[in-house]
Amino acid sequence: MKKLLTIFLTFMKIGTFTFGGGYAMIALLENEVIEKKKWIEHDEFLNMVAVAESTPGPIAINSATYIGYHLAGFSGAAMATLAVCIPSFLIIYCISLFFERFLSFTYVACAFKGIQVCVIYLILSTGINMLKALEKNVLNTCILCAVMAAMLICSITAVSFSSVFYILFCGATGVFIYFLQKIRKENIHK
Amino acid sequence: MIYIKLFLNFFMIGALSFGGGYGMISLVRDTVLSNGWLTESEFLNFIAVSESTPGSIAVNMATFIGSSQGGILGAFLATLGVVLPSFFIILLIAAVLKNLMQYASVNAFLSGIRPCVVAMILATAVRMALPSLAGYTKQASDQTGTSAFHPDLRSVCVFMILIAIHFLYKKFQKRNPSPILMILLSAGLGILLWN
Repeated sequence: MKKLLTIFLTFMKIGTFTFGGGYAMIALLENEVIEKKKWIEHDEFLNMVAVAESTPGPIAINSATYIGYHLAGFSGAAMATLAVCIPSFLIIYCISLFFERFLSFTYVACAFKGIQVCVIYLILSTGINMLKALEKNVLNTCILCAVMAAMLICSITAVSFSSVFYILFCGATGVFIYFLQKIRKENIHK
Repeated sequence: MIYIKLFLNFFMIGALSFGGGYGMISLVRDTVLSNGWLTESEFLNFIAVSESTPGSIAVNMATFIGSSQGGILGAFLATLGVVLPSFFIILLIAAVLKNLMQYASVNAFLSGIRPCVVAMILATAVRMALPSLAGYTKQASDQTGTSAFHPDLRSVCVFMILIAIHFLYKKFQKRNPSPILMILLSAGLGILLWN
């Protein structure tokens, strides 16, 4: 019980003090669960990061669930996940109550005109950083160009096509190419 | 029913979005625009608030959009929807499929998705820039038939300043400027230019 409470408080603290989403949270998490609490080994932590990044959903939630489960099974996972969401939920809910009225001030409305441009810059710079980290090979380049072209053409011609299909289609392409390579290798060995 | 719609839409987003908060933006944008929940500029405001408040961007966005459409219950259901798939998928991996990442076909699936997510983020940035920076909308280009682009000079100016600061900061500090710093700066520029 005491352990569950510690898990809850630790993850609530992490949920309250990380700005900038999942990746920023990983650094804070590392400091908290490896160095301070000594809950998990460094190898296990790296394993966790790999899983959290490659499974769907918010990285913060994925890592909280993983570490929570590692520490105290199902109830630990539930506690950690709940705790990491509560601060976000409360803060954003309070903001959402006043946001409309807040925007009706002239200065605020003007500030948000500038901020809207900044958001585009933020998304673009995140995309470019991820592009730099992406391994340069034929498959990656083909998928990247094809998806970007398809999305921009849909956008300019105002055709609505859900982004979900791009994800599923590209995942299927990855699997298809893997099996194709496997078959080719087997043929060479024969 | 707005509540069921919120829950199901965010459940799907939670189950199918890869690459964290920014990887999710393209899916969330599709959802809010096609349901008519938010306009493009409202959505940009929501991202800015989600980025500059603590916690996961994805959870922040879900709570914010849920609350704007269905009050506290809407906020709760949207947040629950975005969290549940993660929770169960990770439980499954931690408890049963410990070696999931070692399966070659899982890796093959992910290898297809990785470039797709990067492309989606980049294309989303361009898609959002088209109406707000370049002033391009499909309706306008259909109606006038002539030039579809009406660039907003003040927005373009703010964008250029942000890019310039980004490169200067990177040159001297050797890292990217913090998002919150850039948001505060652009708020200042917004007040200066639009007021």
